[in-house]
Amino acid sequence: MVRRLRQSWLVALCLVVVALPAFLGDFSVTLLNYIGINTLVALGLILLTGSGGLTSFGQAAFVGIGAYATAYMSTALGLSPWWGLLAAIVLTSLVALLVGAATLHLGGHYLPVSTIAWGLAIYLLFGNFESLGRYGGLRNIPPVELFSFSFAAMPQLYYLIWAFVGVAFLMATSLLDSRQGRAIRALRGGSALSESLGINVFVVRLAIFVIAAALAGIAGWLYAHMQRFVSPAPFDLRSGIEYLLMAVLGGAGYVSGALIGAAVVALSKNWLQDLLPHLTSNSGNLEIVVFGCLFILLLQFSRGGIAPLLVSRLPKTESQSSVKLDASELPVRRQPLKGEPLLELRGVSKSFGGLKAVSEVSFHVHAGELVALIGPNGAGKSTTFNLITGVLRLSSGSVWFAGHNLGDVSARRVIDVGIARTFQHVKLRPKMSVLENVMLGAYSRTKAGFFSGALRLDRSEETSVIALARRQIDRVGLAGLAVTEAGNLALGQQRLAEIARALAADPMLLLLDEPAAGLRALEKQSLAALLKDLRNAGTTVLLVEHDMEFVMSLADRIVVLDFGRKLAEGTPDAVRNNPAVQEAYLGGLA
Amino acid sequence: MTFNIAILLIEDGLASGAIYAMMALGFVLVFNVTRVIFVPFGDLVAYAALTLASFESQRTPGTIWLVGVLAIGAFLVELFHLWRVGKLRRIPRAFVLYIGLPAVPLAATLLLAQTPIPQAVAMLLTLALVLPIGPLLYRVVYEPVANAPVLVLLIISVALHFAVSGLALLFFGPEGVRTQSLVRGSYSLLGLAVPAQLTLILIATAALSTVLLLFFNSTLTGKAMRATAANREGARLVGIRTATMGSSAFIFAGVIATVAGILISPTTTIYYDTGLIVGLKGFVGSVVGGFVSYPLSVLGAAIVGQIESFSSFYASALKEAIVFAAIIPIVLWRWLLTAQVVVDEPEDE
Repeated sequence: MVRRLRQSWLVALCLVVVALPAFLGDFSVTLLNYIGINTLVALGLILLTGSGGLTSFGQAAFVGIGAYATAYMSTALGLSPWWGLLAAIVLTSLVALLVGAATLHLGGHYLPVSTIAWGLAIYLLFGNFESLGRYGGLRNIPPVELFSFSFAAMPQLYYLIWAFVGVAFLMATSLLDSRQGRAIRALRGGSALSESLGINVFVVRLAIFVIAAALAGIAGWLYAHMQRFVSPAPFDLRSGIEYLLMAVLGGAGYVSGALIGAAVVALSKNWLQDLLPHLTSNSGNLEIVVFGCLFILLLQFSRGGIAPLLVSRLPKTESQSSVKLDASELPVRRQPLKGEPLLELRGVSKSFGGLKAVSEVSFHVHAGELVALIGPNGAGKSTTFNLITGVLRLSSGSVWFAGHNLGDVSARRVIDVGIARTFQHVKLRPKMSVLENVMLGAYSRTKAGFFSGALRLDRSEETSVIALARRQIDRVGLAGLAVTEAGNLALGQQRLAEIARALAADPMLLLLDEPAAGLRALEKQSLAALLKDLRNAGTTVLLVEHDMEFVMSLADRIVVLDFGRKLAEGTPDAVRNNPAVQEAYLGGLA
Repeated sequence: MTFNIAILLIEDGLASGAIYAMMALGFVLVFNVTRVIFVPFGDLVAYAALTLASFESQRTPGTIWLVGVLAIGAFLVELFHLWRVGKLRRIPRAFVLYIGLPAVPLAATLLLAQTPIPQAVAMLLTLALVLPIGPLLYRVVYEPVANAPVLVLLIISVALHFAVSGLALLFFGPEGVRTQSLVRGSYSLLGLAVPAQLTLILIATAALSTVLLLFFNSTLTGKAMRATAANREGARLVGIRTATMGSSAFIFAGVIATVAGILISPTTTIYYDTGLIVGLKGFVGSVVGGFVSYPLSVLGAAIVGQIESFSSFYASALKEAIVFAAIIPIVLWRWLLTAQVVVDEPEDE
């Protein structure tokens, strides 16, 4: 995501925006006003869809709620439009909160489908309220006034609308670049990742849903006071779909995509309206046809929309986030004393239906130890791992960690009690930089919320997190790669980055899920060096692995699983010479 | 409400529910095989009804333009594809497939449209005209992006719907049409008056479901389509041409849309844009089936028909609002059933 358009570009853009009405006629200014309003809605969708992975066809309904709220307040109740703005924001947020609470648990395609449903239902309600004027709508809405300055004419409204757009853009970019913004962008990586970082997926989803709705509500407010008249028609499903088209067309992965999408849709519609009458007498109908076809062609050509096409042409401006050396340290956990019992499994079992994947497994890990859990494929290693991290529930037995019974700790809370993990199939966010990925690790240690992120009140915490993340990146040997997109790293480097992310959580226990799987010899060597380094520094590590060679030289102790049972436990040498282990690994031929 | 009114409402709901059930089957079929939520599906229903109406009034249906342009477009897309993969010797085959086959109904239409023809011939011509639209759309619009994420495919579907329904307005004008009834009157069954049209619709839906069932369970192509639905990559590895399977799914969609259009147009006035709402209601049915189960989708569509029918009696103005608001509890219920299965949509590049 190129959010760091050079500042000079930004200033130039602002100047252009301010100066434009002086050079344009009323018609063009009106067009720009529509673009501005649509940009606000599309921006909400960028947060929702592009960043958070939630698709909504229902945004037009929220625009309608905002428009009707202010229309009713300023006509029937005779209140100032500014009260209408408040009502628009509050009402859309409340409706979004309710609708979101009911539907945002849904996964897969159910969520987008449900947005069609409530989008249509809300739209159809507008036309059925007597007090909202039924299908005739509400008219005579007063213009917005500020200190007796009236925003009645299009050029005045232009500044009002684009001021809102400007502020919304600043806040959205700030938000995406903050603690909660990283959580939003992590959503698409799946709930296993988010929960392991301590992110409450539902709350984050709900938050962006409400933010997107509020943006749509503000757009509705502006729309009502620009049109001075509202009726149900502009808030139907077709408009909802059009907003989504704008976001996807512009480039849902880019904040600038909102503006690009809104502008391209409005301008191309306008251009078609001008052009088609010269070609055919039936132009009104043909417009939507040509529009649809252009759209399909564009998406066939560039799935990511227009923004990536433009961005790839911009000069790369990889700004190195400056590291302040005086950044304050985040509070650290009290680490257990070396040798204290830290993790203890007591008779742990897990069955899936009739299959006993893990049966009566007991072992323990002391603080400062590097313990490896090994076994052939299907031995129950991953199941054991998932039982410790709360991804799976125990069938019987118990897992104790630093005084907590992990049976009572949900997957999302495991990081809070001091366990950080990595994944066998690396779960880094490929489009986020290594630095941002590692910063995600510190999510559970930090507090900044959505507002402080959007308003940039989180800067001191943020500098601490940046400094911390950079230290961990250096520690795992990825110095110099901090601003690289994580998706561009080699597998070995990605594994190291995941370890850095886990370390950023300041864990008491580091759980590594097959860190050596798929690595080349050299990558294995640097991983082994890092693990030795961590052990020497006193970090407690539990490692799940099936590469015997790899763990023999590293582990203090090894626990061997086979067919869900503990086969052996002891030092690498003892395990190596254990006949039962040899039988399991080599079929007794050794 | 009296007993008689309740019976009438139930019958009404059954008729529309059966149409929605056909749509639901089509949605599930196309989605499973191609991951496309075929939004213009409903528009094809409208095309079928409007085409049939054109034949009845002895006008040449505008559908020929759509088919003609799509055929040429599909041929060009295929030509480009063959050139890129260096299989130019397959050009004649492509010509027959994409130009030759669609040309047959076009020629027949041009010959016969302005003359009085029997209803059965008009229906056959309608089928022959509307059927190719499905696979041709697939070749031109969807196949080039067959591996795109579901969201992108959905957005493309939506854009396609705008284009297709806009063209319908251009071809057929804004007037609504009703076609001649296939069967008239009603007969008495167990003391109840059963409209013949309802019986016909139910028989057609049952026949269609049975054909689909037999096709998927007993034919090799049907099994290959199921394999494609279950796992595209795996299907390709065992030698199934997933693109061909996609075309087949869209051929089915074309057939279903035509049958639905012919059945619905004697009882409901069809406008160029009626399709979307009809399609959406079928879509609600397929949501009940979780986009996987055919029987549950049919059941869901039947429920939608009943909800619609009864809410039009109690709260006519809010009829549509009630039908669509009903999706939310349905979706929540589906989610509770499948909550354990976490499907992570593979992410966009």
